Amino acid sequence: MLEQLGEEAKPLAGGQSLIPLMKMRLSRPTALVDLNFIPDLNRVERQNGHLTIGALARHADLEHSPDAAKIPIVHDCAAGIADAQVRNRGTLAGSLAEADPTGDWAPVLLCLDTEVVTAGQRSPRTIQLPHFFKDAYTTELAHDELIREVRVKVPGKNSGGAYVAFKRCAPVYASASAAVQITLGDKDLCKSARVFLGCVGLMPVHAAAAEHELAGKTISTKSITAAAEAAMAAAEPASDMRGSADYKKILIKNLTRRAIEAAVRRARGEKVEVSHEYVGR
Amino acid sequence: MSAAEMAPLRVTVNGKHFDGSVESRTLLVDFLREHLQLTGTHIGCDTSYCGACTVLLNGATVKSCTVFAVQAHDGEILTVEGLAKDSKLSPIQEAFASCHGLQCGYCTPGFLLSTYFLLSKNPSPSDKEIRKGIAGNTCRCTGYQNIFKAIRTASESAARGRV
Repeated sequence: MLEQLGEEAKPLAGGQSLIPLMKMRLSRPTALVDLNFIPDLNRVERQNGHLTIGALARHADLEHSPDAAKIPIVHDCAAGIADAQVRNRGTLAGSLAEADPTGDWAPVLLCLDTEVVTAGQRSPRTIQLPHFFKDAYTTELAHDELIREVRVKVPGKNSGGAYVAFKRCAPVYASASAAVQITLGDKDLCKSARVFLGCVGLMPVHAAAAEHELAGKTISTKSITAAAEAAMAAAEPASDMRGSADYKKILIKNLTRRAIEAAVRRARGEKVEVSHEYVGR
Repeated sequence: MSAAEMAPLRVTVNGKHFDGSVESRTLLVDFLREHLQLTGTHIGCDTSYCGACTVLLNGATVKSCTVFAVQAHDGEILTVEGLAKDSKLSPIQEAFASCHGLQCGYCTPGFLLSTYFLLSKNPSPSDKEIRKGIAGNTCRCTGYQNIFKAIRTASESAARGRV
């Protein structure tokens, strides 16, 4: 259908970004194809060591899914996005397809092994998430190609992750965010670490230097501080109404530190509650 | 696209059936207010921020300024007009009145429906769960304290099975 309607037609999933963009005339599609009437696309289930998330699974479906709760970083993200009304409507797949630099899901899912399965006229493709994003608001998806589902590999037992985003109030996009996934070996030895930052670049920033400060070393205040400093150095924020570039850099340092601390405790098997931070929460 | 492209719409609003057509670009809130004259649902910001337009669509709160009316096709909607039964205010409405959970009242329909959704899912919410449940609704009069008290009061009724 999208092929017939031409390049200016757009698919509509949750609509929580697209409809506001249309009201501001920042997006002017000639036609919308509503996907919401397609059955069985809203599933969230565990299959063969993967969490499978259907194209129409809402943030709220993930927030309340016992299967998603087994990956705490996914739960953190789902439960803190915007507000209840937006979570009831907005979808994870739509958020990835939009590729907004301030979106929450991209840094979180880049910390995990995530792949996107497409549907469309051409044969379905499975795209690894790091190859899915091309630029701000630009993905691998062709005009007439949709996300069918997103598959996330469930991390192992000694692995823990956390996502901490800072926003000025509930319904707005974050000012800065940090996603961290850590796998521990014996005696708090960090076997591997992934650190991705949101809102501080045109795409999620892969803080490889921060990972380097953690991986292969024993977790300590010193290594966590060094990683947080490295994340701050990797961030390239722009000044805007959400804060100055300097302010966001300092945010990144502190959010990264907190995300690492929570991720480590979770990797040790502790229960930790972290989520989006905003006034009045 | 021609401005007047019409699409069929069949929907149940507060238990009443509507079967007709609307322009496909019509937002749900405009359909409720302009077509059904249910003007209790307010338009505050029209940017998906303030929550004044909150209604229940198929049992879940949505900001009706950010949903097209045709997306509610075959669905069920509850607006503030559907809360009172037999001219008697619902327990949530009673609680907002008795706790002074409103001043100008513009945001109140949205708060009532967010509270309805919160307490239907979770009749005994913690303080934090209440704050999270209304995080998508903005009030510029009350400072939220009395709204919070109203929801706490309504939760006592919800715990006894009456939302």
